[in-house]
Amino acid sequence: MSNHDTHSAEHHHDAIAEIKKVTIILSVLTIIELILGFWMIGMESQSLRLAVKGSIVILMLAKAFYIVAYFMHLKHEIKNLIMTIVVPLALFIWFIAAFLSDGNSFRNLRNTYDPHFKEQSTIKVEQKEHNTSHEKAPNVDAKEGVHDNNAHEAK
Amino acid sequence: MSNVTTASNEAKWWGGGKSPFNVEYGKVMMWYFLMSDAFTFGAFLISYGTVRFSTNGWPDPNQVFRSFPFAPEGMHAPLVFVSIMTFILIVSSVTMVLAVHAGKMMDKKGVVRNMVWTIIGGIAFLSCQAWEWNHLYHEGAWWGVNPFINADGTASSTNFTNFFFTITGFHGFHVFSGVVINIIMLIMTLMNKFEERGHYLMIEKAGLYWHFVDLVWVFVFTCFYLL
Repeated sequence: MSNHDTHSAEHHHDAIAEIKKVTIILSVLTIIELILGFWMIGMESQSLRLAVKGSIVILMLAKAFYIVAYFMHLKHEIKNLIMTIVVPLALFIWFIAAFLSDGNSFRNLRNTYDPHFKEQSTIKVEQKEHNTSHEKAPNVDAKEGVHDNNAHEAK
Repeated sequence: MSNVTTASNEAKWWGGGKSPFNVEYGKVMMWYFLMSDAFTFGAFLISYGTVRFSTNGWPDPNQVFRSFPFAPEGMHAPLVFVSIMTFILIVSSVTMVLAVHAGKMMDKKGVVRNMVWTIIGGIAFLSCQAWEWNHLYHEGAWWGVNPFINADGTASSTNFTNFFFTITGFHGFHVFSGVVINIIMLIMTLMNKFEERGHYLMIEKAGLYWHFVDLVWVFVFTCFYLL
């Protein structure tokens, strides 16, 4: 009995140490993400922006791994269960690649063959100041009217 | 000797007469439910990505989400409020793991204490989200209305607000149901239901759901506020 107790006490200690470690990792990853996010504000270079966004996505996947593996305990389950969950999720690789490239292709096609679409996305408009309109709750119809006028002026 | 036993055990996982996943039925089913839910959220986020990729301009999240409760008028603090929301959810996830762990140790007091903290975290997150939605609504943003122009100064479409409110709303609904589940689990713990059963497996299943909600927020937060 005492042997069992020391064993479970050790297990208890290990488990708590693991929770602490994962908490610290998740917090650090989040803080790095936020630092990158702040750094991106007002960044001019498009290629640098893209690189930062790529790093943020990698950090996001790392966070997802730590949550699933340790908090959801999947890493400590047996291989059969891990495979039955992880393998179907591999569909996401195709899902993301196919749909995002489809969206990208649609944009290129429209920019090439739809002059109206291309023109619309080069005309600058004025940002309506909305911080001042705090007191009056917006009437959805009225706002839509404003929005329409805006588009009209732009033309 | 012990190695030999393990090897023969592994060979026989599918030999019948034992549980090949070595977990309880309810937990397997919770995992399968979460998988299907992951595909639902994945479909939402990927359609958002597809529409964004097919458009030339998109509003800058740092121009849209820059407010803070009780902040003086005109003060802009991009990313600050959403960082707090993110940390609230991470902390509530940690207290949930601690509750699951206490359950494994049959420590009722520990379960109750950590479940209470988890529920408080969930309610705090929902309150933050309610404040943010309310604030955006008062700036004129809602389904079908988008007052924010694109980052490059061109006119934006309503895709931005439609996706934002739909996806954060669907996530918020998950947080809400998670809080309800956690409250039920807390009541069952207080009524000694799990002590009578001799195990706290229900807390583990509720924990899986709660971590999934945190996991989805990792993706939603990145896709809407950072990218």
